[in-house]
Amino acid sequence: MGYKGKFKVWRGDASGGDLKDFEVEINEGEVVLDIIHRLQATQAPDMACRWNCKAGKCGSCSAEINGKPRLMCMTRMSTFEQDETVTVTPLRTFPVIKDLVTDVGFNYAKAREVKSFTPPKDLLPGEYRMQQIDVERSQEFRKCIECYLCQNTCHAVRDHEENKDNFSGPRYLMRVAELDMHPLDTADRKNSAQEEHGLGFCNITKCCTEVCPEHIRITDNALIPMKERVVDRKYDPLVWLGNKIRRRTSSDA
Amino acid sequence: MATDTIAPGPEAPAPLSPARAQIEQKTLRTDRWWLSPLLTMLVLVAFIFYATFRAFQNADYYTGNLISPFYSPCIATKCVPGSSLGGFKPFGDWWSISPALLILIFPLGFRMTCYYYRKAYYRAFWQSPPACAVAEPHGKYTGERRFPLILNNSHRYFFYAGLIFNTILSWDAILAFRNPAGQWGHMSVGTLVLIANAVLLWVYSLSCHSCRHIMGGKLKHFSKHPLRYKGWTLVSKLNHKHMLFAWVSLFGVALTDAYVALVANGTFSNPTFF
Repeated sequence: MGYKGKFKVWRGDASGGDLKDFEVEINEGEVVLDIIHRLQATQAPDMACRWNCKAGKCGSCSAEINGKPRLMCMTRMSTFEQDETVTVTPLRTFPVIKDLVTDVGFNYAKAREVKSFTPPKDLLPGEYRMQQIDVERSQEFRKCIECYLCQNTCHAVRDHEENKDNFSGPRYLMRVAELDMHPLDTADRKNSAQEEHGLGFCNITKCCTEVCPEHIRITDNALIPMKERVVDRKYDPLVWLGNKIRRRTSSDA
Repeated sequence: MATDTIAPGPEAPAPLSPARAQIEQKTLRTDRWWLSPLLTMLVLVAFIFYATFRAFQNADYYTGNLISPFYSPCIATKCVPGSSLGGFKPFGDWWSISPALLILIFPLGFRMTCYYYRKAYYRAFWQSPPACAVAEPHGKYTGERRFPLILNNSHRYFFYAGLIFNTILSWDAILAFRNPAGQWGHMSVGTLVLIANAVLLWVYSLSCHSCRHIMGGKLKHFSKHPLRYKGWTLVSKLNHKHMLFAWVSLFGVALTDAYVALVANGTFSNPTFF
């Protein structure tokens, strides 16, 4: 059962833009991305949007729908009232290229700043052996589809452009946590998490977890455990003393 | 990345890159995003007012077999006779104000540094941010990297203190199996209230993120520590409901104190089962 729905879509580029009104046909079972495609096909052929899989797995069609950061392909039109105006805008945290397409290069730069997996020097590729129980914790983080909704939502950079240099954002702090929990990784991640990737900026308000389309518990399972590991290293005198007495390194545990 | 920024106005939040999509509204959310921080603020403010009043009241905290969690352990000489745990009163007559003030820093510190309550008060009080994808009003943000918020890293020490308090409050619940004359083998509604309070505080403490870390989260190799892995798994299950336990135990403490206060001031008598 189709109906005519009201849409507002942000049109413009870095030089400026605003919300444009559209009235568009909406059919049963459609998602927001279908409607954007219909607008492209029928009313605004030059409207730019990034998309690929239409199945919630490529992370391309991230946008803000009625103000909430979401994947357009995973947002059903049936979740809105028929007389409700649906507003679609680009991700606010990143520079806009055109319409709904933003430059997410910030995230690629932050990804490169994370030191890669560092196995023991005497272990060659092909010789890695580890138990499932030791890797399953960080496997949750591998579900990330890099949609950057968490990066976009985190207020530390969303509302404070000046923090972008010093804060890697939840997605890459989660990557640091993943490597720190890896049974074969030998790099020191705790100091770098705090000092290079800005873990201290995180005030655990859990917006990254709220918007994650893969339902990764970023805050509870990655950021807070990483904060606790940083406390071990930098702020807990008893742990420091214990490690000194027992001459233990972090990779021993 | 563009580095040019728009200069902020007097009340404006931090300057943002002009390369971003220029959208005037602080948020385009159409749901009632303000409801959750508002309720959080109202409940926490109500609790703060109630707890402050009771902490300074210095009365109606002991009934002979029930003691308020706000005053336990009562460690000043001026505590009501019988209310001290084993007669332990290191604070002499010179401590003339409420004995609750000697101990409340520990449960208060535990909750203030709790990872859940941090989210709650950052959103509700400091509006940093008030809700997801809703612009915060501050021109600057440094997170938990500086004093005083860096002190939140002491959460595990308050957790250790909390375990001691939970043990004492559990003992208080056992002592509630006496009648006001001190004879064992009795049980009242107050006994159930104190038991429920102790249980709620235990699950809140054991579901804590620091507890999860200490139990096994800090390990790199679960396979080398099977017992700690089991403990970590159990705490992780509790940790899923940490927010729920945080709220329920907060209400539990306030209601337990209110119950003891009403019995102590004679508003009603504590119904006994046997």
